[in-house]
Amino acid sequence: MATFTMRVFRGGPEGGDFKEYRVEAGEGMVVLDLIHRIQATQANDLACRWNCKAGKCGSCSAEIDGKPRLMCMTRMDTFKEGEPISVAPIRTFPLIRDLVTDVSYNYEKAKQIPPLRLKPPDADGKYRMMQEDIDRGQEFHKCIECFLCQNVCHVIRDHDLKKSFSGPRFFIKIAGLEMHPLDTADRTQFMREQAGIGLCNITKCCTEVCPEHIHITDNGIIPLKERVADGYDPVMWVLRKLGLTKK
Amino acid sequence: MATTDYETHEHDVLVIGAGGAGLRAAIEAAAQGASVGLVCKSLLGKAHTVMAEGGIAAAMGNVYPEDNWQVHFRDTMRGGKMLNNWRMAQLHAQEAPDRVLELERYGALFDRTKDGLILQRDFGGHRYARLAHVGDRTGLEMIRTLQYHGIHQGIDVYMECKIERLLKDGDRVGGAFGYWRNTGKFVLFKAKAIVLATGGIGRAWKFTSNSWEYTGDGQSLALWAGADLIDMEFVQFHPTGMVWPLSVRGLLVTEGVRGDGGTLKNNKGERFMFNYIPEFFKGETADNEEEADRWYTDKKNNRRTADLLPRDEVARAINSEVKAGRGTPHGGVFLDIASRRPADYIRKRLPSMYHQFKELAGVDITKEPMEVGPTCHYVMGGVRVDADSTAATVPGLFAAGEAAGGLHGSNRLGGNSLSDLLVFGRRAGLHAALYAKNLGGQIAVDSAQVESIVRDILEPFTRSGSENPYAIQADLQETMQTLVGIIRVESELKEALKKIEALKQRAGKVRVEGGRTYNPAWHTALDLGSLLTVAQCCAMSALERKESRGGHTRDDHPYTDDQWGAVNLVLRQRDGSIELRREPLPQMPAELKVLFQERK
Repeated sequence: MATFTMRVFRGGPEGGDFKEYRVEAGEGMVVLDLIHRIQATQANDLACRWNCKAGKCGSCSAEIDGKPRLMCMTRMDTFKEGEPISVAPIRTFPLIRDLVTDVSYNYEKAKQIPPLRLKPPDADGKYRMMQEDIDRGQEFHKCIECFLCQNVCHVIRDHDLKKSFSGPRFFIKIAGLEMHPLDTADRTQFMREQAGIGLCNITKCCTEVCPEHIHITDNGIIPLKERVADGYDPVMWVLRKLGLTKK
Repeated sequence: MATTDYETHEHDVLVIGAGGAGLRAAIEAAAQGASVGLVCKSLLGKAHTVMAEGGIAAAMGNVYPEDNWQVHFRDTMRGGKMLNNWRMAQLHAQEAPDRVLELERYGALFDRTKDGLILQRDFGGHRYARLAHVGDRTGLEMIRTLQYHGIHQGIDVYMECKIERLLKDGDRVGGAFGYWRNTGKFVLFKAKAIVLATGGIGRAWKFTSNSWEYTGDGQSLALWAGADLIDMEFVQFHPTGMVWPLSVRGLLVTEGVRGDGGTLKNNKGERFMFNYIPEFFKGETADNEEEADRWYTDKKNNRRTADLLPRDEVARAINSEVKAGRGTPHGGVFLDIASRRPADYIRKRLPSMYHQFKELAGVDITKEPMEVGPTCHYVMGGVRVDADSTAATVPGLFAAGEAAGGLHGSNRLGGNSLSDLLVFGRRAGLHAALYAKNLGGQIAVDSAQVESIVRDILEPFTRSGSENPYAIQADLQETMQTLVGIIRVESELKEALKKIEALKQRAGKVRVEGGRTYNPAWHTALDLGSLLTVAQCCAMSALERKESRGGHTRDDHPYTDDQWGAVNLVLRQRDGSIELRREPLPQMPAELKVLFQERK
């Protein structure tokens, strides 16, 4: 069993600092296990979010040694014993307490997206979709809403353009709808004017931190940017609506 | 802020819990024109449904046209060892296909057949490949689909809000009282109808696939409000949880591994499940490896592999193998798909499992077997409801999903949970909205109720005790794990009840430091109330039922007993103490009984 020095951020909107805790780590343990140990034995009121502890719910996002990660998927045996490990809240969102931030911005952005508008079913009342036509959509649907991509996006993190920018999480949500074989809605104007897709300058920071390894930039954002650019072209728009070009 | 200040919200229907059942209920109630509030303990989209892996059971017949609701109904009843509420099982089997198609219309992208229809996979206890799925992350697809459909339906969502008590208006339900986890401030909901969709109780066990949220909130809220619970002795231990490393012990390994060709082996390399086929399932289970392996591709001429017996059977078998010294180095058995299916197929069908083992255990499941063992997973019992309307025994109160009891009898089949959430979530939302519509007048909530709840909620900050809430929770988990586990015996159950009583005393002395802003020590202290209540309900019922059936195995009463098969155990709280009584099982009509006489 190895003993680690965990430097955990403690505090709230009014300020705070890193506090050191010495914690033992058993075989296979992850950062979240150590946070729970601190909670149970040294600092009962240490605030953190978590649910599944298996990388499926996206609740335990934090900045570990400055890197945006899921605490439940960061194994202790990737650190050197003896070197302190810092655990801080994700920085882009307003701090509530300790490791918990106010991520409500994301839920507000989610509501703005024009939902699926379904085309009519086949003559027998059934909907048919071929696997190859939904592979890309399924990739986007893997998103666990950990908001790490939102956290590292320069537009949100450094320029604080939250008002006019949906962020990478919601670009792939939009991309999933746009590429849905049964969808008929046109979101070009929304993407341009409300989602602010033009603000993204494709630095791929979002893709790098995605714990689900979704190709956010290449498979999601770039095709959307192309679509928005095409959207200015009325001929392309008509062809697309008539189904004469790939949706 | 004065300690008793609270904000008030008013709705026709308040849904507590925002997993699959809660979201589906809220969507349906809103569609009926009701004003709907949806309360969740975590952020929206993080509820336990997100962790469901294998799929949604529905007799759509896309892969096997022979499948239909009668076959699904029969499988469900037999899987539950006939203790299921027959009417719930019937509605569930009949309506599940429509609910799946509805999800598709909301935007879900299920894996496809070659004809472009929804693909269905094999799972334990199901005669045909029946589970609509998305790889091994079906729950994520389901919750996200409902979440994004739901946010456009005019539902008010209250996130990170914990309900502590239901409020009564006379004999009927009138609202709920709780606090915001973010601020610690209080909130009162007035509502004509309340739907409990809070999930299960698995946090009471040490090795569990359940998260911190599963503290039996709905079952306890219902009990404290005077409603009945049933079947609380039946707890499902999923046969395949991770056993190593210790830090992830209990984490779920989907049954889809076996559905897709994986097999269980002991440390001698034997496929031991063939030695554990009970008489009840002999007619439909392959007793040799050759037939079992042929079954994956030819279901007409072969019987189902013993690896896919219902979960209770497989969990007990694994338990026996380990006890007999045929387990793995870390106390489980091997689950091998590496030697049976190509690596590409495994990665495509089971991407989360691949990822989970690779990242958390350093095991490549396309090359090596997994080590697995039973983990606490699901409670079959719950709030006693009317099958058609999901109404609890207190007027205005409804329950759906894992929080409700009856559908699954003594053991749930894999895949029947997600379908349960959709079928009965919709029914709960519908009937709660209709009830609210028909209820004239205003809801009146007595403020004396509120003051006493506030006192209870704030007590951990002020009392003079020194107990640590996490330590009490850990002691309860140890107690339930060792004394109310897979195999039970009278003396241990009695000891468990004594220990739970002692833990209740200690919980009354919990003291928490810090403030009310996002204070997990305080939240844990408050959750102890419901956790200890459901633990007691489970142990009491388990002590009473002197037979073995489904998710309740008694070492001292190892056989199923027809007399016990005809009764449900019902719990009710009166004057602060929990009463237990036996009630006759609802009788299935003749036209359904026929389904069990065929193919004997």
